Amino acid sequence: MLQLDRVSAGYGGFQALFDVSLEVKAGESVAVIGPNGAGKTTLLRVISKLIPASGGAIAMEGRALDGVPAHQVIGLGIAHVPENRRLFPRLTVEENLKMGGFPQAARARYAERLDFVYTLFPRMKERRAQPAGTLSGGEQQMCAIGRALMSGPKLLLLDEPSAGLAPVVVQAIFGLIRRICGDGYTVLIVEQNIRQVLKVVDRAYLLETGRIKTSGSAAELLGSEEIRKAYLGL
Amino acid sequence: MHIFDVFLLEAVVNGILLGGILALLALGLNLIFGVIDVVWICYAELIMIGMYSVYYLHNVYHWPLALAFLACVLLVAALGALLHVLVIRPVLAAEPINQLLVTGGVLFFLQAVATLVFGVEFKNIGVNLPAFEVGGMYLSLARLIAFGVALAGMVAVYLFLKRSYLGTAIRAISQDRGIMPLMGVNPNRIFVLTSALGGALAGLAACLLVLQYDIHPAIGLSFGPITFLVCVLGGLGNLIGGFIAAFIFAQFISVGGYFLALEWGYVLAFLFFIGMMFWRPQGLLGGK
Amino acid sequence: MGMARWIGLALLAVAPLAGMGEYPLHLLILCLLWGFVYTGWAIMGRLGMVSLGHGAFLGIGAYVVVMGWNHYHLSPWLGLPLALGLAALIAVLIGYPCFRFRIVGHYFALVTLALAEVARLLIIALRDYTGGSLGVTPQTALAGSAWSLGAMQFSAKLVWFYVILAVWLGGLWVWTRVDRSMARLALEAISHEEEAAASIGMNVTRLKLSVTLVSALLTCLGGVLYAQYQLYVSPETVSGIGISLQMVFGAIAGGMFVRLGPTVGAAFTLLLAEGLRLTLGHDIHGLDTTIYGLMLVLFIIFMPKGILGAAREAYDKRRGAARAATA
Repeated sequence: MLQLDRVSAGYGGFQALFDVSLEVKAGESVAVIGPNGAGKTTLLRVISKLIPASGGAIAMEGRALDGVPAHQVIGLGIAHVPENRRLFPRLTVEENLKMGGFPQAARARYAERLDFVYTLFPRMKERRAQPAGTLSGGEQQMCAIGRALMSGPKLLLLDEPSAGLAPVVVQAIFGLIRRICGDGYTVLIVEQNIRQVLKVVDRAYLLETGRIKTSGSAAELLGSEEIRKAYLGL
Repeated sequence: MHIFDVFLLEAVVNGILLGGILALLALGLNLIFGVIDVVWICYAELIMIGMYSVYYLHNVYHWPLALAFLACVLLVAALGALLHVLVIRPVLAAEPINQLLVTGGVLFFLQAVATLVFGVEFKNIGVNLPAFEVGGMYLSLARLIAFGVALAGMVAVYLFLKRSYLGTAIRAISQDRGIMPLMGVNPNRIFVLTSALGGALAGLAACLLVLQYDIHPAIGLSFGPITFLVCVLGGLGNLIGGFIAAFIFAQFISVGGYFLALEWGYVLAFLFFIGMMFWRPQGLLGGK
Repeated sequence: MGMARWIGLALLAVAPLAGMGEYPLHLLILCLLWGFVYTGWAIMGRLGMVSLGHGAFLGIGAYVVVMGWNHYHLSPWLGLPLALGLAALIAVLIGYPCFRFRIVGHYFALVTLALAEVARLLIIALRDYTGGSLGVTPQTALAGSAWSLGAMQFSAKLVWFYVILAVWLGGLWVWTRVDRSMARLALEAISHEEEAAASIGMNVTRLKLSVTLVSALLTCLGGVLYAQYQLYVSPETVSGIGISLQMVFGAIAGGMFVRLGPTVGAAFTLLLAEGLRLTLGHDIHGLDTTIYGLMLVLFIIFMPKGILGAAREAYDKRRGAARAATA
């Protein structure tokens, strides 16, 4: 479904990604793991066209993302849950969800999708009229994911969903993510919390300083000596 | 003692009516600032152009007044959008003060164009609405209508911002501009839309003001500065704050003008503003 | 470059003696006078404190001396320190809380705008004293004589030329001093990184206040001289948002960050108005301001460093390239 072919990108004079190639097939859940500063967030931002790629090609369902402006990426079925949630703090939970359903194509199914999100995240329904800025970290993450689901995406991009959350909450979030993956959504997660994310996805890529070092099934990587030593402290 | 009370009451009521118009003016300006983060110093001059358009359409080309009003709102809305695209957008990436100053340049430009094209004689659309008496107070119908329409306009804008997708997007973009594309929103389009909305509100204000006041290229200077101060007083960008501040400010002008001479009311209001800036620099409801 | 400057100054100083007409001399005087005023504003403006309210100081200068003379027979020489004192007081009164509470940017600009408008409205409100919107003229002390030192009135434009030339040079000197002093470095850091500067113990408020004071006093002096030279002042010409904006624009159009920039801006504004008036005549009322307004918009979009600033940048770039080529 999603294909990156030798993509490079950076900010100003600083290059963050070097010839990154990866793919996400329909129905799969894939993780990109790696240390801080590896370029994981940059990767997702390049896919969403928030920053331009300086080299290589990105294609979604065969369609090149080349001339597509950032605000039309969602129309191709890619929904991005940004790093740090980035909810609209003074809008209510429901208004945030409504913004997720902003694209014209999504409006017809607004009520149905809102219902779905509230079923998935009952706590969101309780807090529907609360300003999103008053929610706890975990609730905000739920809301952000719900917001992305409102557009009925084909591919869900999750940027460090566990960042800044307490361990107990992280467990809950990953439980939800596992459920979403199980429901058949195609998901690309970028994460620092390697142990947790590898338990949830099918495959993973290891990104270090802007380059893909290894890739394989989640089980393979969990079992890999290299990964266990470097990242799991074993 | 009895008469004294009535005149004071009249001043208070007129203050409320004035407050309604000021609140409408502040709404447009606050909207632009809250969303795009730019202060249109030339806001009052846009209103001035709107007022002239009503005059020319109604008094010179004999359009029915209602049609002239509609055309005015649409014209100034278009001017607002044009202002953003031609003047503001090129300097959005520059220092914030440049954005303020560039609209100052437009202020000069519009005033000068108006002088060139319309001349310096005062013009009036000549619609004289009666004043009528309520319990010893004389209230102008024009003012009452202006108040009512202003209120209706503000309610309409409120509903638009609260309920509609675009309105919600406008509120959202002022809270987090960066992720708007992820929602499928083109920020630039929202800015142009907001500018048009701000212009439309200015056009509406022009219709209300032209019923009460003469038109002159420099009249922008008589209510422009006041509008800025009302906005800052309420917290720049804060729509509700501006609403409240408008009525407070108007009371100072009206009641102050009642006890002293007319200009003193304004002086008092301005001094109140300066004082407020030191007590609460971010404005009554500001918090940015 | 240094030699050229002195030659230019010498030429300027003797130009009127070479038989300039009355009217061109008048224009030259206005150039220097407004150049002085704009320079005074730019001292603050270039350090990030953009005031839209300097009309207040100009108005204080103009009206205090004229009122003092007309109503109390107070010589403008005594009215001058009075005006300066009042301007200083207002500058501190408004400046201190602003800087203390970090009122900057838009908010600061709008607070100063309020100040200019208060000044204008006060002048109008006190119409019994000030003549209100109609303006006022200092009572002449020149019945029969060509000059009256006590009244600071000189009928000979030549005398005014040298007075204002000297003041203008003084203004440039002050600009240079402020520019060079430590305060300038500190303030440049401050205008970009307030928190960082404050954290290393600099007294931001006091620095800003002193610069504001200097700026206010220079502007006030400009107002005094304007009133005594022009012999007519009105609320619109010396106070309010109109003249305040004009000061800002003049300084910016010429180049706010360059010493002679504001003067160039003043010359530009005046010559533009005059040029248009001469070519198009009096009938086209407001064309000069239209073009002025249009040019200002274009300047800010395309040449935010102003005429002189952009020229200087181009010159430096070319010199740098030449130097690199010969290195």
